[in-house]
Amino acid sequence: MTASVTELTITAEDRRVAWLATAAVTLSLVDAAIPSPLPGVKPGLANIVTLVVLIRYGWATAVWVSGLRVLAGSLLLGYFLAPGFFLALTGTTLSLLTLGLARQLPGRWFGPVSLSILAAFAHIGGQLLLARLWLIPHNGVFLLTPVFAAAALVFGTINGLIAAKLLADTPAAEPAR
Amino acid sequence: MRWLAYVRPGDWLVMAGGAALVGLTLPMLWQGGFAERAIIRQDGQVFAEFELGSRRDVAVPGPLGITLVAIESGRARVVADPGPRQYCVRQGWLARPGEIAICAPNRVSVQITGRTRTYDSLSY
Repeated sequence: MTASVTELTITAEDRRVAWLATAAVTLSLVDAAIPSPLPGVKPGLANIVTLVVLIRYGWATAVWVSGLRVLAGSLLLGYFLAPGFFLALTGTTLSLLTLGLARQLPGRWFGPVSLSILAAFAHIGGQLLLARLWLIPHNGVFLLTPVFAAAALVFGTINGLIAAKLLADTPAAEPAR
Repeated sequence: MRWLAYVRPGDWLVMAGGAALVGLTLPMLWQGGFAERAIIRQDGQVFAEFELGSRRDVAVPGPLGITLVAIESGRARVVADPGPRQYCVRQGWLARPGEIAICAPNRVSVQITGRTRTYDSLSY
């Protein structure tokens, strides 16, 4: 038997990202199963995972987990490369950039709740902009902005609280599954 | 509340900022103005124009018969139409500026307008 030319070494970090991404994908599926009165208004439960990962393992890991979640989630739900995929990608990208910046805020004053709300607003903001620029080039897109913004505030706060509780309940040494 | 323990001082600030943002975007719900008038057209000509104030029924004669339009405060609809497919009747209440119900066979249309004119189509 010849030795394999390329050797893939799987690090502990890889395993951790895979586990966390799995958790995020699962929550995406739960999210999709929750009936929504309006397309675009949904809890975004997977962002709880993103927040926990960001605070515990750093921004780079959060980007990996989120990226894999969008990719695997869209494949499982069947909207890969459909408009919804690009909406999700834009929202996720903007909220990750926002999280990267917001992480620099003093932790004593701004906790997971702040990060979650800011990310939620960035998410819906990015989606609305992409929808306006690409999918529906008409200002009528912005008609329901208040509804989306209110949803971002409410769900952002709730997800932030859940993330804060998860972080408080699980000691830092144990890798979160 | 034990959940309150997870909210840090700055978080309240962000929440207030978010609420303010929601408040600021609230007028977007009314862009295009409120529904104020209903314009009824027959064969392309303005047949009648009403403020969406008090209740009234309007009978509009057309080539097939009478199209019955109901006006209420803030909304209007086609109640009955002699057309075969009843699209304009099934459209139900029209309550936003720019909305229009067209009963093509009888050549009657009901359009809602607001303070500012909105366009139903644009071409470049």
